[in-house]
Amino acid sequence: MKIALFATCIVDAMYPRTAQATVAILERLGHKVVFPSGQACCGQMHVNSGYFKEAHSVVANHVAAFDTDDYDVAVAPSGSCVASVKHQHELVARRCGDAALEARAAVVGAKTYELSQLLTDVLGVTSAAEQLGSYFPHKVTYHPSCHGMRLLRLEDKQLNLLKSVGAIEMVELPEADQCCGFGGTFSMKNADVSSAMNADKAANICGTGAELCSGGDASCLMHIGGGLSRQGSDVGTLHFAEILASTLENPVSVSGAVTLAGSKR
Amino acid sequence: MSNTFLGMPALPVYGHGNLNATEPFPKAAHRELGNDQLRANLGHATHTIRDKRLRVVSELPDWEEMRNAGSAIKNATMANLPVLLEQFEANFTARGGIIHWARDAQEANEIVTALIRETGESEVVKVKSMATQEIGLNEYLEEQGIAAFETDLAELIVQLDHDKPSHILVPAIHKNRSQVREIFLREMPVVDPNLTDDPARLAEAARTHLRKKFLSAKVAVSGANFGLADTGTLTVVESEGNGRMCLTLPETLITVMGIEKLLPSWTDLEVFMQLLPRSSTGERMNPYTSLWTGVTPGDGPQNVHLVMLDNGRTAALADEMGRTALNCIRCSACMNVCPVYERTGGHAYGSTYPGPIGAILSPLMTGIKSEENNSLPYASSLCGACFDACPVKINIPEILVHLRGVDVDSKRSARKIPTQMDVIMKAAEWAFSSGSHLNILEKGLPLGKLVAGRDKVIKKLPGMGAGWTQSRDIPAPPTQSFRQWWDKEHQPESGVDHQSTTPEGAQA
Repeated sequence: MKIALFATCIVDAMYPRTAQATVAILERLGHKVVFPSGQACCGQMHVNSGYFKEAHSVVANHVAAFDTDDYDVAVAPSGSCVASVKHQHELVARRCGDAALEARAAVVGAKTYELSQLLTDVLGVTSAAEQLGSYFPHKVTYHPSCHGMRLLRLEDKQLNLLKSVGAIEMVELPEADQCCGFGGTFSMKNADVSSAMNADKAANICGTGAELCSGGDASCLMHIGGGLSRQGSDVGTLHFAEILASTLENPVSVSGAVTLAGSKR
Repeated sequence: MSNTFLGMPALPVYGHGNLNATEPFPKAAHRELGNDQLRANLGHATHTIRDKRLRVVSELPDWEEMRNAGSAIKNATMANLPVLLEQFEANFTARGGIIHWARDAQEANEIVTALIRETGESEVVKVKSMATQEIGLNEYLEEQGIAAFETDLAELIVQLDHDKPSHILVPAIHKNRSQVREIFLREMPVVDPNLTDDPARLAEAARTHLRKKFLSAKVAVSGANFGLADTGTLTVVESEGNGRMCLTLPETLITVMGIEKLLPSWTDLEVFMQLLPRSSTGERMNPYTSLWTGVTPGDGPQNVHLVMLDNGRTAALADEMGRTALNCIRCSACMNVCPVYERTGGHAYGSTYPGPIGAILSPLMTGIKSEENNSLPYASSLCGACFDACPVKINIPEILVHLRGVDVDSKRSARKIPTQMDVIMKAAEWAFSSGSHLNILEKGLPLGKLVAGRDKVIKKLPGMGAGWTQSRDIPAPPTQSFRQWWDKEHQPESGVDHQSTTPEGAQA
């Protein structure tokens, strides 16, 4: 299968390892990965901040980059960005009176998958250890991000993939379904409420005794990890793609001090 | 537009009364977050109701179908509202009720006052009602020399404490029982000085306090949960039985109901009597459901009035993206699951309608420019828990985002100097609307690494970014972006077959 990678802007700029891990997993399964070079961002920061007019050109750019027959399916290592592509793009086009873009956005949205969706529903991965050689001998807890959980209905797809990694010890996160408080510009506009939500998330994570908190959205992991780092905690955050990509021969290192979604290694 | 009078008021006629945030939400939230007692009370109460709701909802195999039915009935009601209102009026009037139409809070207050004056009474008992909170009826009546006594236990607590409700179903959710005990001891004219904070003892104290009022009251004021158009019937759904006493004992009953509370027919009630109790109190069935249709000679109130309240509802209905907010049946499930409400409480929202539904309903009813209501649509991380919990499937996150757009657009023309947010969004539009633009920016990533220094984290950002760094570090950026890595790996002339390369992420 020919798979187009939508890296997402935050992974592209801040967490390239997450995208590299995504490529590694897909290639290990024997698929060809392409990277449409025109891609930039899904535009949800603009949309969720109310800047629909500015979102229009961002959405148009994404649709132009991915509206080709050059690939079978598109994938992104983010529930939130995929939800934006699937649910917001048509809305933005409609609001800006761009019917042609609306139609093309629907086509692109239908072909776009979140990583765990693609691995589970399309590529039939049931055991990461057996099919991907995933090996990660660490104690890990998992935060399901809101948009993956509620907009994409990913259910336990990410968690089940993590549980099937060799040598991993998964511990349950209390109140896992509670938002970490990121919410894009919410974290700055309503910084106090956002910080209070993050503090509770951090306390729950630390209470599990896990070395790491994994998840499927780099933005939420940056938020949670940033809070843990500020508190001086040793607990880091790591995208599940990087854990799936980790093998006995080429392990992802989590030693050392705080890791913010893998940035410090 | 011609100036000829066409018999229709210009739209939108916005709502007034207790519908406004009077200070920006972040500021109010900052203050409320500092109240540890409030947060403890709220955390405990919302989690208890949340768990109860989940239990009773999960035992129904057709809950999702029921939500779809509730949503469809309400959508049909709104699409046909003018016809249904006239049908309701005809049926209600035919059974001896009297209808009054109020455009806004002021008109509604004046109508109710005049109706009470006609009876010659200066005291009324009240059934818990959001509509009368919205129009500030109690305060208005007090100015007119009429005393209104709240009979719902939690409303009574709030009224005795000269406070404001902070939740639409559990108005005193911000108070714990020892605080309630203090209020009763301080404010009740006759009270057992040995009163404890045992809930049963507290309830008994309230019962004793209220019983005299019920038996002597000649006039009652209520709200209504539903109005059934095909029969002209009004409904009040409650837990304590105080409502039943108010609705049956006095001679005069004055009900204030928003025009959106209609259901097309009696049979539609079946759906909502299943949705509402489970969503609100987490009960399979509420203890008391009262229904009345006009006047029954010799039984119950003989003077039955209904004030039909617009107060911005027509304006909300005119908003194509926002109108489903009117489908709300005031169950409060959205606030019980909201992580923002859980931490700030209801007072931070200013309006009678707090929480996620309030953050959309208040600005829809008042217009986005009213006082500080334009800060309400931003009071959400868009986590979506409210949409999942809503029994009539109001897509609250989508309407929040829509209203943010209305807010931004409302300022575009008025603003001479762009705000920091405008500048950031404009710059991000440039960066994010082209792969090569983003690539240019990403070439500056090593600069960020430099700023982060030896700690490898950025601990302080200027401007809006300071909101982030007040409690969160930012990691040092990588030396190169994914895009740059990919391009190096996939240069055709380099002869590297990318299938055989091992990505950096897997070896680290």
